[in-house]
Amino acid sequence: MSDKKYKHQTNSKVVSYNKWGIIFLTPFMVVWLIFQFIPLVTTIYNSFFENYKSGLTQIGPNFIGLQNYVTIVTNGDLINYSKNTMIMWIIGFIPQIFFSLLLAAWFTDPSLRLKGQRFFKTVIYLPNLIMASAFSMLFFTLFADSGPINSILVSMGILSQPFKFMANVTAVRSLVGFMNFIMWFGNTTILLMAGMMGIDQSLFEAAEIDGATANEIFWKITLPILRPILVYVLITSLIGGLQMFDVPQILTNGTGDPTRTSMTLIMYLNKHLYSKNFGMGGALSVFLFIITGILSLIVFRISYAGEVK
Amino acid sequence: MKKVASVLLSTLMAASLAACGQSTSAGTPAATAAPAATEAPAATAAAEPTAAPASEEGKVLNIYCWNEEFKSRLEDHYPGYEKVDATTGKIGDVTVKFTITPSTDNAYQNKLDEALPANASAAADDKVDIFLVEADYALKYTGANPAVALDVKADLGLTDADLANQYQYTKDVVTADGVLRGVSWQGCPGVLIYNRAAAKEVFGDDAPETVQEKVKDWAAFNAAAKELNAKGYTITSTVNDAYRVYSNNVTSKWVEDGKINIDPNIMKWVEDSKALVDAGYTTTAELWSDDWNKGFYPEGKVFCYFGPAWLINFSMKSDDAASIAAQGGWGATEGPQGFNWGGTWICGAQGSDNPTLVADIMKQLTCTESIMSDIVKKDSDFVNNKPAMEAAAKDDSYAFPVLGGQNPLAMFCAGAEKISMANISIYDQGCTEEFQKAMKNYFDGNATLDESLDLFYKGVEEKYPELTH
Repeated sequence: MSDKKYKHQTNSKVVSYNKWGIIFLTPFMVVWLIFQFIPLVTTIYNSFFENYKSGLTQIGPNFIGLQNYVTIVTNGDLINYSKNTMIMWIIGFIPQIFFSLLLAAWFTDPSLRLKGQRFFKTVIYLPNLIMASAFSMLFFTLFADSGPINSILVSMGILSQPFKFMANVTAVRSLVGFMNFIMWFGNTTILLMAGMMGIDQSLFEAAEIDGATANEIFWKITLPILRPILVYVLITSLIGGLQMFDVPQILTNGTGDPTRTSMTLIMYLNKHLYSKNFGMGGALSVFLFIITGILSLIVFRISYAGEVK
Repeated sequence: MKKVASVLLSTLMAASLAACGQSTSAGTPAATAAPAATEAPAATAAAEPTAAPASEEGKVLNIYCWNEEFKSRLEDHYPGYEKVDATTGKIGDVTVKFTITPSTDNAYQNKLDEALPANASAAADDKVDIFLVEADYALKYTGANPAVALDVKADLGLTDADLANQYQYTKDVVTADGVLRGVSWQGCPGVLIYNRAAAKEVFGDDAPETVQEKVKDWAAFNAAAKELNAKGYTITSTVNDAYRVYSNNVTSKWVEDGKINIDPNIMKWVEDSKALVDAGYTTTAELWSDDWNKGFYPEGKVFCYFGPAWLINFSMKSDDAASIAAQGGWGATEGPQGFNWGGTWICGAQGSDNPTLVADIMKQLTCTESIMSDIVKKDSDFVNNKPAMEAAAKDDSYAFPVLGGQNPLAMFCAGAEKISMANISIYDQGCTEEFQKAMKNYFDGNATLDESLDLFYKGVEEKYPELTH
């Protein structure tokens, strides 16, 4: 009898826990449906229509099938702007991951006994607190034809006349990469440090006792164990990089010049806002969705090649 | 150390939060001002916009604009206008409400695009009554289909006699299919504004006649650039300075039968500009940038700018003692070709419930000579009234201090008569912007002319997907 009662009680508890689970999940599901799922579906739906405004006249929506996709692919825009985006991302990401790993390794190495760690951790994170657009505006002013950088270079005698940074492909792309690097390496350092501090200290001690050098410890112990975190950093940075917008938009005044070589995919998407061109915008967004998916999958596959098999 | 770091961090966080707060509050007034029309009792029936007596009209006059200019004209010159606060006023028992949205990134036009087509069905106190437009996109809002602006003569009752003293081109800009849908209180004929010190140094004389001889046409202008360069001056601050002078003297529109068309005079601008840039006689900076306005100071070493009265009086940093303007160091002459730059037109919105008041504001500010003379005196505007301006042109008390006491109004009067705006289209703003951006690549040597033209076509077709080339 008592046994039966006990059993009954547990059953009711299980049921009520399930109920709470659903209740707690509901807000997330509602928000996700309204702000993620419905926009996603309508974006795909809109991409099959000709739908824009010319002046005050609304044109469409007329169903045109895959015409928008064909246009984007055939005029070469998708390839060009994907290439620009990736180049600028790589220019920023290589120094970002290098300095982050170096700093994280130094900060987490107890044998170095670094002083003022907190101060430096704060300082490297600071650029991220500035709004990207403000940061970009600052660089725009600094590197203007008659800006301070040019004045300094000319007055020091390094240049005979001002260098037009904004009219040089390499200069503009490098500036964008450099800004992204400065803004994000602090963030990455902190992520990597968290990963490194999670590694069992006894592994390092054992390696030291066996006579491993600091270099060997880093390459053979720290890095392999850190791999999940590295993959996470790489994927988030890659997706962030594909969505690169504010820095090049402000730096080039929305033009992506010279000759649109610094125009990213999202800047291109933004161009369609002028005519409220939901069809082309939708098609481009779908492409972006697919590219992001594929790239993430590739990175994931490569990084977990061992485990996947 | 920990304490220092955490104090530093928290200060920074507080600072960044404060910064966020500031930027949002600075960004919102335009957005919040619109739906806040609640204080006046709602008039239920939307009055028909022709013969309704004033007593039955709406209690709120909504004005959409992009800066303070029209507001200050109304405050200073409209009889019976009382200022209440920064964006509201009163005329009799009607509340005047300004909704100011900056033009940056097309924000002002987006606002109009949202409000105007739905204006007839908007709540009485939210109806747009007056909106302002610029020449570059005036035709977008003054066309017949869809008609969002009221017919000045048929709907608002202004007569040809009222409008007789206005310059013809100011009417052409807002006329579509023979119907006038806006009026302006100002004219913006432009002149060549030159640096007197540079003229003395290079040409030996700073009299307008001497300088005019040196810049009387484009061939002379380009030859003068070489002389100026020898003494370290650039002829203009940037190639874009001269753009409007060329683009206002075109013989065809930007778009003909759905195809993008580049006028020969625009191509002449490209050709002349490329030669000037290659020789180092001017730069490719953008208008309004710091590189552009460095020539407002003597050390900027810029010979001339092209501009109308408002540029001379308000944009050339005359409030900074170090500037050329503050020292009265500029001179004005006609330059190679006449042109027009800027100007603001008043349009009555379809669906307005205050047509009588709208008509009266238009009449007072753009047709009443005494008020317009006051505007010239107080604001140094070039007003859209021939007799008033011709009288002022002969009166030495209207001399511009910025021009060292020269009175350029006679030149402006002559210019205003000659301006032709017959070749404007609804695509002008987009085409102009994209053309200047694209050609910068050519001037800077980053692209060939054909590549730059392709960039231009691409940019325009993104903005106006219905066009081809």
